[in-house]
Amino acid sequence: MPGALAARERARVASKRRRATNHAVTAIAVLSTVAALVPLVAIIGYVAWKGTSSLTLAFFTQGPAPAGGGMANAIVGSGIVLGLASLIGVPVGIAAGVYLAEYSHGKAFRNIVRFTADVLNGVPSIVIGIVVYAWVVERQQHFSAFAGGIALAMIMVPAIARTTEEMLGTVPQSLREGAWGLGIARWRTIVSITLRTAMPGIITGCMLAFARVAGETAPLLFTAFGNQFNSVRLNEPIAALPLQIFVYGMSPSDEWHRQAWAAALLLIALIVAAVALVRIFAKRRLPEGWR
Amino acid sequence: MLQIETTDSATNPRLLLRGTSSGRFRGKMADRAFGSAMLLCALSLFLIVELILSALLLKSRLSIGQFGWNFFSAKAWNPVIGNFGAATFLFGTVLSSLLALALAAPPAIAAAVFVLEICPRALRSTVSFLTELLAAVPSVVYGLWALLVLVPLMRRPIGPILKLLFGWTGLLEGPNFGVCVLTASVILAIMIFPIISSVSRDLMRAVPVEQREAALALGATRWEMIRLGVLRNARVGIGGALILGLGRALGETMAVTMVIGNHPAIVRSLFAPGYTMASVIANEFAEAGSDLHLSALMEIGLVLFLVTTVVNAIARLLVWAVLRDRPARAA
Repeated sequence: MPGALAARERARVASKRRRATNHAVTAIAVLSTVAALVPLVAIIGYVAWKGTSSLTLAFFTQGPAPAGGGMANAIVGSGIVLGLASLIGVPVGIAAGVYLAEYSHGKAFRNIVRFTADVLNGVPSIVIGIVVYAWVVERQQHFSAFAGGIALAMIMVPAIARTTEEMLGTVPQSLREGAWGLGIARWRTIVSITLRTAMPGIITGCMLAFARVAGETAPLLFTAFGNQFNSVRLNEPIAALPLQIFVYGMSPSDEWHRQAWAAALLLIALIVAAVALVRIFAKRRLPEGWR
Repeated sequence: MLQIETTDSATNPRLLLRGTSSGRFRGKMADRAFGSAMLLCALSLFLIVELILSALLLKSRLSIGQFGWNFFSAKAWNPVIGNFGAATFLFGTVLSSLLALALAAPPAIAAAVFVLEICPRALRSTVSFLTELLAAVPSVVYGLWALLVLVPLMRRPIGPILKLLFGWTGLLEGPNFGVCVLTASVILAIMIFPIISSVSRDLMRAVPVEQREAALALGATRWEMIRLGVLRNARVGIGGALILGLGRALGETMAVTMVIGNHPAIVRSLFAPGYTMASVIANEFAEAGSDLHLSALMEIGLVLFLVTTVVNAIARLLVWAVLRDRPARAA
């Protein structure tokens, strides 16, 4: 039966080719993953290498000076602006998420709000910067830490609202029903039962939002503006680490480059610590897809 | 939570109180107040959209009235004589973003396939942690690295090598200073890699496992299983992930501003410096001398907002079409 033999031979060749393709694709996938991780290692490694040598005591304790100096003003400034942003952004974001998950019954309305939040998450941060400039800075006639905080809060709110809503969605309905069955008021159920159950996930969302705005520069360019001096006043321009990295990085001075690397290291360390904490903290309590 | 489960309403006076009419009334009032507060916060999302739109529209009115549609086709940008056209910035933004997408998309999808379908379980969380880290590095740090490390590398040796390999395309003419559209695209590609990769990964994970099993049961190799069972089912959503990456690239400001050269011109060469919408705002907004200048920058902001919003909306719809009712990652 020569026909059957030929068919078997053809099948053998075909399967060989298929297996070869399979191996080739596997190799490509591995290589591109490795290739993509090279810049990451390069960037983090380079920042760590350049940054550690400049992280001196003066960096943390002194402001900008003609020679030497540090970024104490920017560290304090970043803390103040981020604190303000969190103070506004976290409660509003969580409350918006609560409304979406617990109160909105119309599916259409809920989808519209969700969609708005998602789209807001994608608005370029520089646009937020000029909008806050138009509403706050122009009216006050001067740049201020307050305006910077508002700009960052506007970025935090949609992000936190979405994660809060999703985390509340994972709380079993039977828990709520149990509470209602006991005659517990609705708001009480939300505060002491639903929110409490979803708290680890919500904290994760808040920390991720915080990590995101901690490195934002563009919205601060025309709001917080930056300040060469130590200032803790909310009503005056204030320095921030990302702004300082931008200005120092663009300058031709080697000394300023060194300080920019140190500031970058500090910023990355802060953000990585937040992300790593989240991962450790939330590992077992988050639904699939969040780990 | 556990306390409530063990509470007996007959022995708990606070729960009994709710039975009385005044207690019920107070509870209702509290409920209503709480609900309204939550609603207000939810509506703040619309307020933000409204604040953005009204500020941009109001402030760009002067420029819109002065230049009309010519704003988008005129190349001149001269604050001294008050003549503004955004064509060069539109060109720079679109070119650098598309190039970045082309550079980032293949490895990002391949990495997603690797993590989900090929990678040994033990490695999986490490790789996705590293990808997440890449997403967590601030834009300005990418910019710093690109400016002080990548730009010199582009000058030599990467630039000349690329010219040797791809010089025939005619896209790499002219002197190579390192600060150019190509460098901006490379750093943008590195920056949008994580979002494309992680969203595609979520989408591939959403493909039912039966699809994979069916392909394998028919004797498919792993690649055939991925192609037929996973990629084909997730392709719409992966398209969404790519567009999401594009949206990020379009609006990216700091890193691009630091390396693209900030020179408004429409040139064919990728070695030439360019300018984007976001970077012209970043560079000139604080120093805008005239109202018209400020207004023109606001109009660029408006265009940037509208373009990224449309792009993101399309991307979200595509991703939602696939991921509906599944917990999506906060991208």
